[in-house]
Amino acid sequence: MSPTDTGTRGPAAPVPATAPAAVSLRGVGMAFGGKTVLESVSLDIAPGSVVALLGANGAGKSTLIKILSGVHTDHSGQVEVNGGPAALRSPLAARQLGIQTVHQRIGEGIVPGLTVAENLVFEELAQRRGNPFLDGRRLLARAREIQSALDLGWSDQVLKRDVTELGISDRQLLILARALATSPRLLVLDEPTSALSAAEAERLFALVERMRGDGIAVLYVSHRLGEIDALADRLVVLRDGRLTEDQSKPFDWDRALRAMLAQAQGAQTARPTDAKQSPLSGSGSGSGETAVSLKGVPLLPGRTPQDLDLRAGEVTGVVGLLGAGKTELARGLFGAEPFATGTVELDGRPYTPRRPADAIRRGVHLVPEDRHADALVPGWSLAQNVSLPFLRALSTAGLVNRRRENALGRGTIEQLGVVARDEHSTVEELSGGNQQKVVVGRWLAEKPRVLILDEPFRGVDIGARRDIGRRARALAAEGAAVLVLSADVDEVLEVADRVVVLAAGEIHLDAYGEDAERDRVIRTISASV
Amino acid sequence: MTTTQSTEVPTKAALVPATSPALRIQSAVIKYGFIFVTVTLFAYFALSEPSFRDSATLLDTLRYVSVAAILGLGVTLTMAVGGIDMSVGAVAGLGVTVAAKTMVSYNQVGLVAILAVIAAGALAGLLNALLIVVLKIPDMLATLGTMFVIQGTKLVLVDGQSITPGMTQADGSTAPGKFTEGFLRIDRGTVLGVPVSVLIFGALTVVAWVFLARTRWGRVLYAIGANPEASRLAGIRVGAYRALAYVLSGVLASIGGLILASRIGQGDVSAGTSQLLEAVAVALVGTSVLGRGRPNVWGTALGAVLIGIITTGLTIKGLPYYTQDVVEGAVLILALIFSFTLSKRRTA
Repeated sequence: MSPTDTGTRGPAAPVPATAPAAVSLRGVGMAFGGKTVLESVSLDIAPGSVVALLGANGAGKSTLIKILSGVHTDHSGQVEVNGGPAALRSPLAARQLGIQTVHQRIGEGIVPGLTVAENLVFEELAQRRGNPFLDGRRLLARAREIQSALDLGWSDQVLKRDVTELGISDRQLLILARALATSPRLLVLDEPTSALSAAEAERLFALVERMRGDGIAVLYVSHRLGEIDALADRLVVLRDGRLTEDQSKPFDWDRALRAMLAQAQGAQTARPTDAKQSPLSGSGSGSGETAVSLKGVPLLPGRTPQDLDLRAGEVTGVVGLLGAGKTELARGLFGAEPFATGTVELDGRPYTPRRPADAIRRGVHLVPEDRHADALVPGWSLAQNVSLPFLRALSTAGLVNRRRENALGRGTIEQLGVVARDEHSTVEELSGGNQQKVVVGRWLAEKPRVLILDEPFRGVDIGARRDIGRRARALAAEGAAVLVLSADVDEVLEVADRVVVLAAGEIHLDAYGEDAERDRVIRTISASV
Repeated sequence: MTTTQSTEVPTKAALVPATSPALRIQSAVIKYGFIFVTVTLFAYFALSEPSFRDSATLLDTLRYVSVAAILGLGVTLTMAVGGIDMSVGAVAGLGVTVAAKTMVSYNQVGLVAILAVIAAGALAGLLNALLIVVLKIPDMLATLGTMFVIQGTKLVLVDGQSITPGMTQADGSTAPGKFTEGFLRIDRGTVLGVPVSVLIFGALTVVAWVFLARTRWGRVLYAIGANPEASRLAGIRVGAYRALAYVLSGVLASIGGLILASRIGQGDVSAGTSQLLEAVAVALVGTSVLGRGRPNVWGTALGAVLIGIITTGLTIKGLPYYTQDVVEGAVLILALIFSFTLSKRRTA
């Protein structure tokens, strides 16, 4: 039935230790437009093993997944399947070679309007040549087969329902079941529990256990360390496109987190010492006046409300993994997604921004996490992107004074060291780091009282990171309160006077200077797992 | 030319592959392809048909396109915020009816009619804004809905009949008023030989251009169209500006309706319906005319003029009037090919 014989092969029953790896990567690398995102990654994934892949945002996880699922085909190095070289030329080819990928967004996997059964056998529906008419009975029989083999507990009634009537966890299971129905050699799970509650996740874990028993190799991508601890046999850490850590159970979490969140030793020594030492030996010691004061603000729904003060004249760094509540804190302060409850004061006066415009009026500015989705206007020049929030100040009788606008653009280029032809360059012509400088520059055009930088260094080269960090410190020195949020411990230590560790919406450490020492920060994060 | 540029800006030359003269010509043809086609056609018409060269013909062409062009300016504003106003034809038609009703049935002077028409247009724009901004209905669907409602309202206003001076009204009386001389001059009068409607078209084009390209409000409209979330996070009241675009579009459409009413000289109930597609076509052609790839005022105005030239030329050539839609449709598709297909290939 299947065009290749490899596609029809079932999962091997208990595999001897000498069996070839289900899938091996040999020196796999990938670059986009000259920027290396994966560098010489080698990894053997044994049949019947669950390998957890960890990495911060931008570490190269999604690129690796896309190579395995046949989306990125122009990578270097070699992928081997069952000991022999394999060409993952397309998503279809990857599936036929036995590599199934379940992507993070559940919505992309299901087809609304079709029944649960039709969704379960969708791949067969989509590929079948021959009879163009649906045979409802045969289809249902096949779906029933899949559900009983995997113990999904779905009656015929459920199978006949429209798939949109399923809850989120059942949808997730459906997508998994569909992937498993093809008897894959390797199953890649990308953040499979990100939308599930703890109880719902249990059902998924049972399925993963089952796969292990069936000799299916699993690459489990997640930032939920508890899950990995329970499920995985082995963990690998990807950092800046390289595998930096490879552990078997029991896991040393301090080490794993250091590999994931902190700079590699080599990179750290490569960094100029002034950048490394300037902030923590710096002035901030909690003596500045309080600029922002949060009281009883829940950062994540259902979590204990938190109190937090941000002081003028210092850089507060908030470290936490994805989902710790950093972005919620930033967006809440900026009025983009107002806090549900609690009180916030700005310079002693009540502060309840209901939209970003309210925050900007009070001098609270946000450099958002995703510069493309939330900050840059595509096709516009550097100067136009800088001036957007403060056009009123640049206008006379509504007419934009373009000379002043251009001067503002040149000012940003100068202040932040933007590498650009001139202020008329479109943002697309700039590198990621320089685009980020433009977004930062935008919020310095009028002096902020509070500047929030959410993951300001993501996808940004070291030079740009230092320029932005230096500017943030200078702003604090002028008396502003600066808040930097990042998953990267070293990035935060590099700029912050004070470090706050956030995990699952709660503050676990709040320390200055020597007390905010690197190992302590990492230990706090790993203890909060 | 290529070499001087690469020595001046070495960093950029490293990023952008050097363009050969052939490639440059190709990209220029794509960028200005539509203008190139029209200029060629214009030259052909002008050389082969002496009557086409007559300045009266050209002014007549402009007069003819002025309504679609002004409606197209409104569509351009709504396209700038990432939407599209499909109700402009209906709003113009409503304007014709309101003008007739005010002057013929209520015996008011032209100025009152003008104010009533513009108020009706603004109201229609507010209705669109309500549906789109407050009730969150997608732009095209919402304005399609209002298009029907406005067309229907217009018929209800006049009991399904065209309003003509001296007509017998529903209650048996004779309509007391007529289209005033001054009102009729909107389309039929001239200043220094130029039709008033053409002058209105020109003035509105300049005003709309200044608004969209030079003021901060126009800048904000474009920002919303290009990245609404970034605009919101830059402190822009996105909803208010989108509402503004639709209200302005309604007002512009009603001005188009005034010209139309003055041209027809009666409250023709079917007026305006054909204007919708022309207005949308003109605005779409406008995105490609100057190779900008985005809605812009000069593009729309020029697009209207170009479409006018082509249809006039073909009419003089003896093409029957009923082929006009086919021609306009083909022109639109040609423009879309220039702005989507070819320009994509260029960047690929």
